[in-house]
Amino acid sequence: MSNAMKIIVMAEHEDGFITSATRKTVNCASQISSEVDLLILGNNTDLEKQAIQIDNISNVLVVQDQTFTQQLSAIMAPIVSDLSNGYDCLLFPSTTFGRDLAPRVSVLKDVCQITDIMEVLSPRVFKRPIYAGNAIETIEVPDGQMIIATVRPASFKEVGVSNQASLSSLELPNIDLPSHTRFLGISSEKTERPDLQVASIVISGGRGVGSAENFEILYQLADRLGASVGASRAAVDAGYVSNDMQVGQTGKIISPDLYFAFGISGAIQHIAGIKDSGTIVAINKDPDAPIFEIADIGIVADLFEFIPEFLAKLD
Amino acid sequence: MEKILVCIKRVVDYNIKIRIKPDESGVITEGVKMSINPFDEIALEEALRIKESGNAKEVIIVSIGPDDCQQQLRTGLAMGADRAILIKHDHIIEPLKVAKLLHKIVEQENPGLILLGKQAIDDDCNQTGQMLAELCSYPQATFASELTVSENSLQVIREVDQGLETLEIDLPAIVTTDLRLNEPRYVKLPDIMKAKKKPMDVMDPNDFGISLEPSLKVISVTPPPPRESGIMLDGVDQLFIALKDKGLINE
Repeated sequence: MSNAMKIIVMAEHEDGFITSATRKTVNCASQISSEVDLLILGNNTDLEKQAIQIDNISNVLVVQDQTFTQQLSAIMAPIVSDLSNGYDCLLFPSTTFGRDLAPRVSVLKDVCQITDIMEVLSPRVFKRPIYAGNAIETIEVPDGQMIIATVRPASFKEVGVSNQASLSSLELPNIDLPSHTRFLGISSEKTERPDLQVASIVISGGRGVGSAENFEILYQLADRLGASVGASRAAVDAGYVSNDMQVGQTGKIISPDLYFAFGISGAIQHIAGIKDSGTIVAINKDPDAPIFEIADIGIVADLFEFIPEFLAKLD
Repeated sequence: MEKILVCIKRVVDYNIKIRIKPDESGVITEGVKMSINPFDEIALEEALRIKESGNAKEVIIVSIGPDDCQQQLRTGLAMGADRAILIKHDHIIEPLKVAKLLHKIVEQENPGLILLGKQAIDDDCNQTGQMLAELCSYPQATFASELTVSENSLQVIREVDQGLETLEIDLPAIVTTDLRLNEPRYVKLPDIMKAKKKPMDVMDPNDFGISLEPSLKVISVTPPPPRESGIMLDGVDQLFIALKDKGLINE
């Protein structure tokens, strides 16, 4: 007698919103099994309202407590481990949140973790990228072994929000929680532009942009196209933009429909972050830039001449 | 603090274009240039700077792998580590087992701080540091881009998806390092000579009583699906038409 695998997805939330990476993880989960629950540790009842609307979820498990105002892995791990008892599979979004937390839970479950599921071949067989996406590993989890994995958001579409899942409010389990970690603050660039991981168009700049001031022209184009703005590691290292804009193996792995690379040479670490994009357009002065080898459309041009022309054409 | 422990992995050098074995059992490492995982090199550099600033007395490096790992450990000693430990193991080993072996070394050495790269550039797992932290019941700060050491605690700036997060964690603690933490030093020839005399302990993992048999089965390692080759266009007008044809812009 074989029963469907029971899956629980760990929800990530940010500023009171459940992230798109969470909904992408739910999509991956529902390719493994039809029995998918969602776990939220938070301190905001609005999260519950959002959570029950997420498609493909049967039951939302929620623990509301001020402990979770900050999402600290060392504190959450024993709770996630406790609340995922009885499940066959525990999935996290492969964001800095999920990557920080999942391994700690794996230890408490004494289970080997899979990082970055990019494809579900069968309920126990998965593909994941290694060597910055230059090779793909196919992994099988033996029967009877719990699956703990992070899911690569760029590889899955987010599920919709027209559901009416059931809700179970749980008490904070009676576990001694550590006090050795204290949150002091977070600084982020506030922007009206869409999130990099969600935007259907992304405009990125590299070292070729030359300065923080010069990024302004990229912002103009982005605003005209409703796009998000990203950057290569070189541009972040040079201080043109903040780290949360970095696209690549270190940084964000994205899959927009349309990706523009301006003044980006195309190091393999950057390519690893954009490979899943629908159409990659590269604009670079250097005709030998490696970015042209992987771009769908390449144009040898000076971005400071090209973008104003492009903007004029859009008007 | 007395000691800092830095964990080092031997990987295919980051400049090498990898080749996949014809039988799809893995990536070719024979006859390929190998190096310290770049993130681990940053971890070691940070440990050395902490020692040089007077906040630690000894830097110990540890690696798990075949005899050849001694090359990378010697490089680490030449950078300035005081002594090295190699846990000799010739087969694939999963992060959870790596963390369990490292946990034994932590129990043995009692370091005040443990530094590791945030991930290895071969398997890209990003697990070992966090697993070790949970095994030790220590706090963790992953993706570190800035570290300030106090007597009993650390202040760490972390590169997270939302921006830069600052945590304060009590020692002993585990920190995993990101790219912008520092730029590792170059090794000088006299240091390489000196490193030959520094102590290197070689240990047998069987002495630790931990099963190292893999619990996940690798079915194959294959190249990624190729992207279709692209086209070169000339100027804004042509791009505009191409993007309209694909339905990517509306005007």
